[in-house]
Amino acid sequence: MFGMKRTRRAGVATALALGVALVAAGCAGGGSGSPSDGGDGGDAGGDVSIVMLPKNLGNPYFDTSTGGAEEAVAEIGGTFEEVGPSEASPTSQVQYIQTAAQQGAGGLIVSANDPSAICDALDEARSAGVKVVTFDSDTNPECRDLFINQATSEGIAKIQVDLIAEQIGGAGQIAILSASANATNQNAWIELMEEELAASHPDIELVEVAYGDDDDQTSFDKTAALLQTYPELKGIVSPTTVGIAAAARYLSTSEYKGTVALTGLGTPNQMREYVEDGTVTAFALWNPADLGYLAAFATAALINGDITGAEGDTFEAGKLGSYEVGADGTVLLGDPYVFDAENIGDFDF
Amino acid sequence: MTAIATETVPVRLYQAHSRPLWRRILITRESAIIALLAIVIVVALIAVPNFDSPLTVTYLLRDIAPILLIALPMTLIIITEEIDLSVASIVGLSSVITGILTQAGLPFPLAALLAILVGTVAGAFNGFLVTVVGLPSLAVTIGTLALFRGIAVGLLGTTAITDFPEEWTDLAKANIPGTPIPMIIVPFVVLAIVFAILLHFTPFGRSLYAIGLNKEAAHFSGIDVGRTKFVMFVMSGAVSGFAGVYFTLLYSNARGDNAMGMELQVIAAVLLGGVSIFGGRGALHGVIAGVLLIGTLGSALRLAGVTSDIINVITGVLLILSVVSASLLAWLHTRQTAAIGKRRGKRVAERAAAGNPTR
Repeated sequence: MFGMKRTRRAGVATALALGVALVAAGCAGGGSGSPSDGGDGGDAGGDVSIVMLPKNLGNPYFDTSTGGAEEAVAEIGGTFEEVGPSEASPTSQVQYIQTAAQQGAGGLIVSANDPSAICDALDEARSAGVKVVTFDSDTNPECRDLFINQATSEGIAKIQVDLIAEQIGGAGQIAILSASANATNQNAWIELMEEELAASHPDIELVEVAYGDDDDQTSFDKTAALLQTYPELKGIVSPTTVGIAAAARYLSTSEYKGTVALTGLGTPNQMREYVEDGTVTAFALWNPADLGYLAAFATAALINGDITGAEGDTFEAGKLGSYEVGADGTVLLGDPYVFDAENIGDFDF
Repeated sequence: MTAIATETVPVRLYQAHSRPLWRRILITRESAIIALLAIVIVVALIAVPNFDSPLTVTYLLRDIAPILLIALPMTLIIITEEIDLSVASIVGLSSVITGILTQAGLPFPLAALLAILVGTVAGAFNGFLVTVVGLPSLAVTIGTLALFRGIAVGLLGTTAITDFPEEWTDLAKANIPGTPIPMIIVPFVVLAIVFAILLHFTPFGRSLYAIGLNKEAAHFSGIDVGRTKFVMFVMSGAVSGFAGVYFTLLYSNARGDNAMGMELQVIAAVLLGGVSIFGGRGALHGVIAGVLLIGTLGSALRLAGVTSDIINVITGVLLILSVVSASLLAWLHTRQTAAIGKRRGKRVAERAAAGNPTR
């Protein structure tokens, strides 16, 4: 406390000087910043600079999609940077969106942690000249230029029905092991699967839809219950990565291994051992590397002015070929990707 | 011993012999942190591309505004050797209340006022447990950190309310016309002036230092320790409630998990700004510089492409260094005091032990 008065005086003086400096820096920036921003905008025509913002960093799924985007930007000949928060929250994404706007990035590829919470930040970035493309998880359509959709609900339902029909020989009892009873996407898929079964596979009978609540233990127990309740059960479809892994774990140590088929949506790292030990023949998901690759080509096409994001616009996406922008500024990657013993070794997510 | 006597005559005598002018200016923690902030700004202006854009000022101040606001009452609380760990949970709760009431059709200003009121009540609850029940604030606010967050998440689940009147969200993001400085700085500056006067120029402020140095001595010199602390927790709750409303508007987003972990950022900035965690020491201008330092460093590093994990590491190292340097300064100070002579040293020690009750 000694000498407080003097240090206070010195401190206040320094604080004032600093405040002035900060304001001056801001104003100076205001003067010199605008022309240089304009310059950056002009450069964007030839030089593609893309920032990728996944939901969070250190997530193998997003590492795979970032790898795909990086490969694409290398082919296009631009600069690429991955940024992101360590936890998947919308407000922490906002800072990185702001940073991309400050840097005058040509394009931003983002997987949204919330459909509307990052909208205002994206709007500001877009008015600063940044093209915004969402992938994996979309925002409200008016907040971005394009959404790269990994798969449609129809595609996801159809591939799962096709896989199970193939694995059980087109006839017999099957069950579905879903996540929670009120999961919107799960229920949409299940409804479409029922329609597809009725239309194309009349000999397959869906005996029950069980709910594992996206909890490993619950899903494991529900699998056991299904197999006891239906001795004639030929196969299980689990359109959730938690459910399919738990069901595979149960099957792999039970008498049903190899006799009851299991398929659904899973990730290669979770399912690898069950594919290798013969519990599971094939399951589906999209290929996140291709998703990132396509998103980068779409962003570059926007930056270069080849497309505006309007429905019917077409662009080339390197090894993936030609794509067309659909309704609501959506580009569909394609059918879900089927993982089996042949290709699972190529993936790490 | 009157306040005037402690502030002028003996202090000047003591200082004139012990510390040269340059030392007095350079070796206060506040000056050091302000100098460090200036260095970071200058280095960033030179070395970090695009840091000199007006957007930097706008985004930086917008993002740290809730921390700046909450750091004001937090400074006062830590000076009295208490702590409020529940501030970020109050932000989350206030955000959820703002969202729910707006969705229920209340006019936005009324919803915001009620949300601030809820924050104030939450702060009063903390104050009640600390002062009336007599529990340690660390334990109380660890509890209410979980409690308020639990209520917030319980009320809204994992969903978010994102529909707010545009004139209000625009206001939260608007700049002072003709400058890159966001409008939110206005209420902050007003509050900062109020808190600075309260802390540094009133008997109430001096009583906070006295309580932090020695609360028994403060009590026996006629300070109502309990009431003073209660008032501070209420202020902390009210300001956190206001920060919650601002947070909601800035991100158009009312969620139970809003501002999760922000209490640590606030406390880190307050300690970095020179407030002693053991109470009795600190000044508001240092704290404001501390918040600006953490914010500027984060902004510059993000612009330079440094990942968030590394930014956290750098902030952590900075905090530890600032605490180490404080101990080092205290040690130097003790050594100097010893060298001046036993008589004067004894007087200083007596004064310190008495906790400067009148200050």
